[in-house]
Amino acid sequence: MGELRLMKGNEVLAEAAIRCGCDGYFGYPITPQSEVMETLMARQPWEETGMVVLQAESEVAAINMIYGAAATGKKVMTSSSSPGISLMSEGISYIAGSELPCLIINVQRGGPGLGTIQPSQADYFQAVKGGGHGDYKLIVLAPSSVQEMNDFVDLAFELAFKYRNPAMILTDGAIGQMMEKVELADFKPRWTNDELIEKCGSWATTGKPAGRKPNIITSLEMDSAKMEANNKRFQEKYRKMEEEEPRYEALMCDDAEYVIVAFGTSSRVCQKAIELARAKGVKVGLLRPITLYPFPKKAIAELSCRIKGFLSVEMSAGQMIEDIKLSVFEGGCIVPVKFFGRLGGIIPSPGEVVKALEENFLKG
Amino acid sequence: MDIKDIIKPENLVYKKSELLIDTIMHYCPGCSHGVVHKILSEVIDEMGIQEKTIGIAPVGCAVFAYNYIDIDWQEAAHGRAPAVATGVVRLNPDNIVFAYQGDGDLASIGTAEIIHACNRGENIVVIFINNGIYGMTGGQMAPTTLVGQVTSTTPAGRNVDLNGYPMKITELIAQLPGTSYVTRQSVQTAAAVRKCKRSIKKAFQNVIDKKGTSFVEVVSTCNAGWKMTPVGANKWMEENMFPFYPLGDMKDSDKKEVSNN
Ligand SMILES: Cc1ncc(C[n+]2csc(CCOP(=O)(O)OP(=O)(O)O)c2C)c(N)n1
Repeated sequence: MGELRLMKGNEVLAEAAIRCGCDGYFGYPITPQSEVMETLMARQPWEETGMVVLQAESEVAAINMIYGAAATGKKVMTSSSSPGISLMSEGISYIAGSELPCLIINVQRGGPGLGTIQPSQADYFQAVKGGGHGDYKLIVLAPSSVQEMNDFVDLAFELAFKYRNPAMILTDGAIGQMMEKVELADFKPRWTNDELIEKCGSWATTGKPAGRKPNIITSLEMDSAKMEANNKRFQEKYRKMEEEEPRYEALMCDDAEYVIVAFGTSSRVCQKAIELARAKGVKVGLLRPITLYPFPKKAIAELSCRIKGFLSVEMSAGQMIEDIKLSVFEGGCIVPVKFFGRLGGIIPSPGEVVKALEENFLKG
Repeated sequence: MDIKDIIKPENLVYKKSELLIDTIMHYCPGCSHGVVHKILSEVIDEMGIQEKTIGIAPVGCAVFAYNYIDIDWQEAAHGRAPAVATGVVRLNPDNIVFAYQGDGDLASIGTAEIIHACNRGENIVVIFINNGIYGMTGGQMAPTTLVGQVTSTTPAGRNVDLNGYPMKITELIAQLPGTSYVTRQSVQTAAAVRKCKRSIKKAFQNVIDKKGTSFVEVVSTCNAGWKMTPVGANKWMEENMFPFYPLGDMKDSDKKEVSNN
């Protein structure tokens, strides 16, 4: 059993980074995630593990520091909240286009614009459909508890290095600010130089020893045929992720007639909602996507052939619902896919969700 | 005496640096970028730091710098080379990192990144090619374009009421406590090239000695963008750029005033 603590989600992100052997963090303050950098600065990991922490002059600079450091094969991460992630989007596109591993954390707040500092899930499209320019994908993990904030840091790095692709933890201000019991991971040492060369030496800019070709990190290719080939290679990688990496949790789906699909904070609300609905005799289950990209399409498609309908519950105007509809369509068993959401930083209540379920499926 | 008696290894006074890759450069004949690349190759070669050096290429005409010098390179987004260099050097303090940037890259879109990297005293070399114009995109106005200078976006000449004044960013950089060496050089004559090389070498030595940011501006020609002959561009630079951007060292201190490496 690992060390047990009562901690805030944001603090856990910092602690998990230190413990999983992260080499560096670059960030810029923004509510509701400033505790990530504050915790790191207070912990002074450079004294303990050698991890570097630097407050950048902007999110633009922070993501480009990540780009530079990631290109040298180091395990690096940044965190921000919605407006800051928008600023990072150019850099994220470069990182994806240069096929570099890194971890980006978005502790979402409500938008658009400066919006609100309250929790939201309205950056779903930005996270899973690209966000920046060009055909690229991030690996997107959606924790629903402080424990998963801990667990997904290491998992995100593992996937990022496995695919040489940026990974994102898409969470929100509620989980970032919430305190829960968490079992912390054990310390893993940072990679030594030799380990780094062994794992990343074929591509990382570590300084060119005599006898090897220069390692060049770039997303530029002026020859369209080569650029198309690069894109095809990226797409193959994304198809492989879609085959191998979808993760989800299914609750009470076995006998369900209706299934709610929800992730992160809204999935916690829906867990209560399915209990309430079942107490009323409605057979409802919950499917919680853990990877938002790759989306658990097969699980949804399979369910669609034995249930009467889906309800997507989101803290947005309805974004993930498009992926649910696509999954149902591709599965071939067409059932209604309905939506309930709250906007602007409001978390739906379990009662509202049950009501939405009744209104959409059980009336008339 | 026969020519064959002269061409012998013992008579060799100059050779191409091994680090300068044998390939056709995309630069226009007369452009200063190629000369500065040659100097960089020679300096890295002579100092024996090829294995430690990581170059950060800009967006601008030098975007393909990585095709010409035989070291590890990263290609940054437009203006972000100092932030990229920061990420590299903070995590790899034993490497020798330089950012290579044009005037649009450094003094317009990337002003925040260069000011803050220099202000933190990142232990890097910055090579700043000031040709007064956006070369790569076809000759638009740069922040460094002189008053009255014609470009494709200032067809009647730069007008200060509309476009503001040309920016002397190197003078600004010299004010920052994180920089130890700030100089302005040029490469239009053999003598200027030798002087510029001494400056670039000093900048790299400073990074080896962990003195913070060393910043070398090279006032450069863009004869294609300026719509001049190479020789005419050199003359125009001497007559118009040098009075506004005077050459020489602006700062040469023993140490930066902040310490982070
Ligand atoms: C974000 C972004 N904006 C604009 C451009 C287009 N662009 C490419 S190079 C360039 C100007 C480069 O000029 P400078 O830095 O002076 O370098 P030079 O080409 O003169 O060497 C611009 C505006 C870009 N690539 N990215």
